[in-house]
Amino acid sequence: MSATPLLELRGIDKSFGPVQVLRDVAFAAHPGEVTALVGDNGAGKSTLVKCISGIYPTDAGEFLFDGRPVTINSPRDAAALGIEVVYQDLALCDNLDIVQNMFLGREKRSGLVLDEPTMEQMAAETLAGLSVRTVKSLRQHVSSLSGGQRQTVAIAKAVLWNSKLVILDEPTAALGVAQTAQVLELVRRLADNGLAVVLISHNMNDVFAVSDRIAALYLGQMVAQVKTTDITHAQVVELITAGRSGALGLATDSGNGGNGHGAEPAGSTSGGVR
Amino acid sequence: MTTTVVQKEGPAAVTARPTLGSHVRNYVGRVRGGDIGALPAVLGLVVLCTVFSIMRPSFLTAGNFANLFTQGAAVTLIAMGLVFVLLLGEIDLSAGFASGVCAAVLANVVTVLGYPWYVAVLAAVATGVVIGTALGFLVAKIGIPSFVVTLAGFLAFQGIVLMLMKEGTNISVRDDVLVAIANRNLAPTLGWLLATVAVAGYAAVQLLRHRNRSARGLVTDPVTVVFARIAGLALILGVAVFILNLERSRNVLVVSLKGVPIVVPIIAALLVLWTFVLQRTSYGRHIYAVGGNKEAARRAGINVDRIRISVFMICSSMAAVGGIVAASRANSVDPNTGGSNVLLYAVGAAVIGGTSLFGGKGRVLDAVLGGAVVAVIDNGMGLMGYSSGVKYVVTGVVLLLAASVDAFSRRRSTATGSR
Repeated sequence: MSATPLLELRGIDKSFGPVQVLRDVAFAAHPGEVTALVGDNGAGKSTLVKCISGIYPTDAGEFLFDGRPVTINSPRDAAALGIEVVYQDLALCDNLDIVQNMFLGREKRSGLVLDEPTMEQMAAETLAGLSVRTVKSLRQHVSSLSGGQRQTVAIAKAVLWNSKLVILDEPTAALGVAQTAQVLELVRRLADNGLAVVLISHNMNDVFAVSDRIAALYLGQMVAQVKTTDITHAQVVELITAGRSGALGLATDSGNGGNGHGAEPAGSTSGGVR
Repeated sequence: MTTTVVQKEGPAAVTARPTLGSHVRNYVGRVRGGDIGALPAVLGLVVLCTVFSIMRPSFLTAGNFANLFTQGAAVTLIAMGLVFVLLLGEIDLSAGFASGVCAAVLANVVTVLGYPWYVAVLAAVATGVVIGTALGFLVAKIGIPSFVVTLAGFLAFQGIVLMLMKEGTNISVRDDVLVAIANRNLAPTLGWLLATVAVAGYAAVQLLRHRNRSARGLVTDPVTVVFARIAGLALILGVAVFILNLERSRNVLVVSLKGVPIVVPIIAALLVLWTFVLQRTSYGRHIYAVGGNKEAARRAGINVDRIRISVFMICSSMAAVGGIVAASRANSVDPNTGGSNVLLYAVGAAVIGGTSLFGGKGRVLDAVLGGAVVAVIDNGMGLMGYSSGVKYVVTGVVLLLAASVDAFSRRRSTATGSR
């Protein structure tokens, strides 16, 4: 656990026309930790992720990456910083094999020709680094994989490029129990390998199983960002549905305060929103 | 790559060497799972050839064997281009008349304007590129379905051919080089030389790849399979060249007729070129990706529009090549060049060969195999004296059969998860 977050957002505002979707949002992701981003439908989770990944420009606010202020104007900028997003619909080509999918759009070449052996080796190393043992052959088509295996390939694809921050959008939404466990184990391993992981999830069990911190969005406001060990299941649900839970979350009246839990180490963001 | 289908225990682990047995089992497993590839075309060829040989012994002569190549060449070349469009799940209905327009340009440049043959060929291929760019632009940038764009092209190009032909007269093509393409043969020794070069080249590529992969500890096909492939190619080419080098002339004193038709190495060279592009370059990989999942390709940073335009350019350029061969074979270009059954035969050839109409699956080799099936049907039925009415019906039925095999294998592979 390090004191400086890998990615820190401060005061992010984002509106679509008259609708303000994100309001003065602060968010931090630390290397070696899984930060769960929770919130009800429409709370602004996806918008926040799209702002981080450069798909949407923000209206106001600052980005700090490794403590340095940065601007992210396009997905390319995000990728250059080492930010990779694994979207819910995975974006894999069924008619291509695992290696081909992992290198899609960024193929290794020697001269004009594709360098298949190098790509296959790199893919094998990446999967081995994630301790993935469930795929039979790297050359099988993605269409022949199970949901969990496909998720694994999508995550491995994101990790392949020495990324520093991996954002996973509902990685277990469509999976069965065993496969969910498999993917969560993989998510945990990513963080243990030193990456900063942001996990978007609706499933409280998943969140409590793997996350180190929980960030809760409520109607476009970051109502709390606390350590997982300092909060209960019920409190998180309250934060998601009502925006506050006891001392956590939004203040009762419109005033200031209602700041996050005192458990944060100095210098990191506690997500109290004014 | 289709060559690596072997089992593997753990992705990074040094793996057990696959055996011949496991290789065969894997192949059977894939076929049962719906990944049948060119199997129907190959089986169809064997069955058709057997039937025609029994019913009409004249089918099984060296002369007729050589005829098959020149008869099927134009359709096969057009089908090779269509594979690219079909890989994206699009269709080009205008390919037939596009070849007609290009042939008409060729005839006008070489005969009416009197330029040398290479200028005419360049003009024809350039016309193909322009046509393809226009079609691709309308599909990718304006967003009109390719079916509609190319149907409009089908009508318009038919008209353009008529206009270029000065309302219905035909233009003869007398240039020696152009006529030679579909009507002359290679010297027998040159045939053997080219076949040897082809086999040696294939062997070198296969063995180098095998050595490279095993040196890096990656899974390889069993050596026996590699050698079997090389031997198989050598056998097929050897037998074909041998038969084509037999004397085919009815009267040797008048004219000697032997050797590989010149159009065969042309098709072979284009087959190698386009197979290389599809299988070994990132451009080819991106074509498969766009055909498999357009959104995934877009997110991977692939310029989808550029890929879509480019496949129409390739398709129309190959149609131009097909048109040149057709003009050469007929010694002339008339308003019906590239018309009537040419387009449907070409689409049929690609689909019969195993290219999916749903996109994402297909090889250039499919077009050649399917083109062979179409040529055999056309030729064999002709020898048996059936009218062209019957020929059309049979070809239509075969196309339907191929499309249903495609649909079934697709359903089966969605069920079993392999494709």
